[in-house]
Amino acid sequence: MKLKPIYTFLALTVVGFLFALANTPKISAYEILEKQSKNTQNSNDDYDKMMDVLTHQRCMNCHPSDDIPKQGDASHPHHFGMARGEDDHGFEATSCNTCHQSQNNLNSGVPGAPHWALAPASMAWEGLTRAQIAERLLDKSMNGNRSHQELIEHMTEDDLVLWAWEPGVDADGEPRTIPPVSKEEFKKAVENWFADGAIIPSK
Amino acid sequence: MEISLTVNGVSKTVDIADENTPLLWVVRDTLDLKGTKFGCGKAACGACTLHVDGEAVRSCSYPVKFADGKEVTTIEGLGDRENPHPVQQAWIEEIVPQCGYCQPGFMMATAALLNKVPKPTDEDIDKNIINVCRCGTYYRMRKAIYKAAKLQAEKVINESKEA
Repeated sequence: MKLKPIYTFLALTVVGFLFALANTPKISAYEILEKQSKNTQNSNDDYDKMMDVLTHQRCMNCHPSDDIPKQGDASHPHHFGMARGEDDHGFEATSCNTCHQSQNNLNSGVPGAPHWALAPASMAWEGLTRAQIAERLLDKSMNGNRSHQELIEHMTEDDLVLWAWEPGVDADGEPRTIPPVSKEEFKKAVENWFADGAIIPSK
Repeated sequence: MEISLTVNGVSKTVDIADENTPLLWVVRDTLDLKGTKFGCGKAACGACTLHVDGEAVRSCSYPVKFADGKEVTTIEGLGDRENPHPVQQAWIEEIVPQCGYCQPGFMMATAALLNKVPKPTDEDIDKNIINVCRCGTYYRMRKAIYKAAKLQAEKVINESKEA
C-alpha cells in the first residue's frame, strides 16, 4: 500500500521527462556554436565596413591628433596655418567659417557642411589603430558622453558626417574621393554593429 | 530671387538669377562697390575679405543667398576720408601698400581681428592675418596692425570721455 505513491511519482516523472525530450528544439551544440560564430563574423564584417569609412580621409582629415586639420587625399596639413583654436573652429577672426559655409561651394571648390569644424580633441583618431578608434568612439569620457543610441544617430544622421559621401569638388574642380563603402551600407553596418553589442574584434 | 541685405548701413534689395552667385560679384557688379577685390576665387588669398554680421568672410566663396537679412561691411563702409577707421588711418601712416590690390582684404581682416582681440600679439597676427600679398608688404602691415590697435584704443578712450 505504501509503495503506490512512489510508483505513481516515478511514472509521472518518466512521462514528464519524455514529454520534455519530445519538445526540446532539435539543435545540436555544434549548431549553436556555428550560429554564434556566424553572428561574430557578421559583427566583424559590420565593424570592418564601419572602420573603412572612419579611417577614410573624408572623415580622418578632421579628426587630427595634432590639432591641425588635414586636406586632400594625401592628408597634408591645412594650408595657411589653420589649426584647432580654442573652440575647434579655428582662430578668433579667421575661423573655419571665414571660408567654409554650410554647403559645398562648387565654384571655388571650398567644401562646406552644417557646423563645419574639427572633431573635438578627445575624438582625435589620426595615427590610432582601428581598435583604438573604436575604443575611443565608445568611451563616454571621450565621445561627448554619447550613448550607443546617440552614437548611432550621430554617425547615421549628422549632416557633417554624411558630407563624406557628398564632398563636392576640389580647387581644381575635380570631385573629391568618397569612402569605399556606400552611405546606405555604412548606416546599416553601424546599426548592426551596435545591435550586436559593439564588439571590437581584437578584444 | 530677391536678396535683402544691409550694405555699409544702407538697406539694399538685389534681384539675382542664381542664388549661389558669390557675394563678391554682387558687391562689385550689382552694387558697384569696387573696393573689395577678386584675387584667387578660391577663398585662399583673402583679397575679397569683407564682413558679414561682423565676421570676416571670403566673399568670392560666399553665396549671396547666405547674406540675405544680414549686415555686410566692405572697405568703403569701414571709414571714409574725413573719418577713417583706425585700421585705415594706420595703413596711411605706415605707408603700407605697394601695388595696393590686396590691401582692402588685409584691412578688413585686421578690423575683424581688432574687434575680437583689441591688443593683438605677434602670435595673434600670425594666426588670424593669413591673407596673401605678392608685393610682400607683411612687415609694414604688422607695424600698421600694432598702430591700428593703439589708435583704436585711443578712440575708445576718447569716445568714452565724450560720453
